[in-house]
Amino acid sequence: MKPATLFEKVWNRHVVVPETADTPAILFIDLHLIHEVTSPQAFQLLREQGLPVRRPDLTLATMDHSTPTTPVTTFKDLAVVGEKAAAQIVQMEKNCGEFGLDLLGFDSAQRGIVHVIGPELGATQPGKTIVCGDSHTSTHGAFGALAFGIGTTEVGHVLATQCLLQRRPKTLAVNVEGRLPFGVGPKDLILAIIGQIGVDGGTGHVIEYRGEAIRAMDMDARMTICNMSIEAGARAGMIAPDETTFAYLEGRERVPRGDDWDAAIARWKELVTDDGASFDKSVTIDASSLEPMVTYGTNPGMVVGIDEPIPDHGEDAGFRKALDYMQVESGKPMTGNAVDIVFVGSCTNSRISDLEQAAAVLRGRHVAEGVRMLVVPGSQQVKAQAEARGLDRVFIDAGAEWRESGCSMCLGMNGDTAQRGQLTVSTSNRNFEGRQGVGARTVLASPATAAASAIRGHVADPRPFLKEA
Amino acid sequence: MQAVTAIRSRTVVMPAKDIDTDQIIPARFLTTTTREGLGESLFCDLRYDADGNPKPEFELNRPEAAGCSILVAGKNFGCGSSREHAPWALVDSGIRAVISTEIADIFRSNALKNGLLAIVVDPQTHAWLLDNPGAEIEIDVVNSTVTLPTGESVEYPIDAFARYCLVEGIDQLGYLLQNQDAIRDYEASRP
Ligand code: SF4
Repeated sequence: MKPATLFEKVWNRHVVVPETADTPAILFIDLHLIHEVTSPQAFQLLREQGLPVRRPDLTLATMDHSTPTTPVTTFKDLAVVGEKAAAQIVQMEKNCGEFGLDLLGFDSAQRGIVHVIGPELGATQPGKTIVCGDSHTSTHGAFGALAFGIGTTEVGHVLATQCLLQRRPKTLAVNVEGRLPFGVGPKDLILAIIGQIGVDGGTGHVIEYRGEAIRAMDMDARMTICNMSIEAGARAGMIAPDETTFAYLEGRERVPRGDDWDAAIARWKELVTDDGASFDKSVTIDASSLEPMVTYGTNPGMVVGIDEPIPDHGEDAGFRKALDYMQVESGKPMTGNAVDIVFVGSCTNSRISDLEQAAAVLRGRHVAEGVRMLVVPGSQQVKAQAEARGLDRVFIDAGAEWRESGCSMCLGMNGDTAQRGQLTVSTSNRNFEGRQGVGARTVLASPATAAASAIRGHVADPRPFLKEA
Repeated sequence: MQAVTAIRSRTVVMPAKDIDTDQIIPARFLTTTTREGLGESLFCDLRYDADGNPKPEFELNRPEAAGCSILVAGKNFGCGSSREHAPWALVDSGIRAVISTEIADIFRSNALKNGLLAIVVDPQTHAWLLDNPGAEIEIDVVNSTVTLPTGESVEYPIDAFARYCLVEGIDQLGYLLQNQDAIRDYEASRP
């Protein structure tokens, strides 16, 4: 057989009807994740056409985007996020009830950010096709799944037919050579990759991340990498499954058991890019020369090393506008910019190892005066796990707020927002204008850099804290 | 869906690159459970100042932008989130086509499903459009061409199926539902 890439293997196994010049392929979807913000209009469409959900067994629903991260005991508490958000949450309950879907709702100990709970429950598995009305669905590619975000019309297509119409994308290999140096993590690596290939460098492509640094990573780290594929324009990012993947999945609630588990492992082991398979494009990045990375502008490709000066692109209008918005200057490093808020959370960096990294910096220290720090675990399970390890005490003792799970300040839909002009060092994935509040300024960074910045009160290098520890 | 065969309009030009979907429609407007009425919030934070007054310098607020249904934008338009609220808001505001040199994948896919033509043209044509805001141009959806007032006509690439659906006003879900037998066979063949 012709050598194939990981992507091609997963794609080929899911083609129901092949593509032609006139028609896209019909692709079968193994797992459809839904949340309250991008699904209501899709359910409406089903109602209008009198259609059922074709495969409730392959559909998993949760609430994350507009949910409060302060404790909620009754539905009345929802008012804290505003009337419309509360209505959306109530509508989600109704839709899932009416169409017979599995909803990990408010009362569920398994609720959380959709891209955190899929893997955590073992619903995310190698070789699956996974979609969600959310661009960071790319996260699940860390397991060797083909996972990508779709629009609400397509959410309706998948609910009704469990299939999507898709043209086969191109492939882009990102080869990461060498190992990450001390104090430099997966978030720094993915920011550096986006800085190198640009926010549209992956448009039309599925990325496969390869190389020594990737193989050495645990699953949480791989998810951070794949999560931000979309920030380089790629709908999906993938990493071939290996022993690390299998060890993570073993025993989780939704994975196969017994003989079925062994059979699954045998199938999953085939999910590697064959020698001699070719990619449409490839780039190489040297991990060993990286330092902690931070963004200085208003898209995730505008990124510098923590000690590096902000570049100068002269009078380029977009560049100038971004610098003006961020109130930063070419030629100066980001360190030293005063910080108002620090946010540790989001589907990029809210898993247990992310919280561990922030806690390692914060342990025994205190958030600087005048800085507000929010730590929002990715799921209720991550929250419980962190509490079992005493991380909540580390954060609370340091003066940070320890919250319930959800998207929170990543997109500020639930009332967790920054004020105009305030600067937030955030472990999330988008530093777009206004993303975290009207006029709010966002600096993307790793959990360690975020924690170091909270302690110093300005954007700061985490390495001195890690060395001391 | 309404059939779209031709669009003739003056253009409104937003030359900025990387206009993301958070700018097209900020997240705080996504709490809706319908598709309608999002036009009010289109480009909200670019269009209005802190006190809610329209910014006169913003491209879509200028008097000559009134009635324009073709938006010419900088490279990588629609990047970021998968929110279909972005094309819904554009359509609700009367925009029927977006032209750039590059359009983000998910945005383009969403746009075409809502009768919003999202197309890329060559850099020269794009540069001409950027330099001539307000130019009256014609998009022939049947033949995939853009005709400038200079009389020059250029072809743009578009997926054959997407064009067919636009021109015939066909909803893609209908096509998927016609293939239920194939889907059933596929499901039956799985381990
Ligand atoms: S955490 Fe942020 S990026 Fe992730 S799903 Fe929620 S809103 Fe989207």
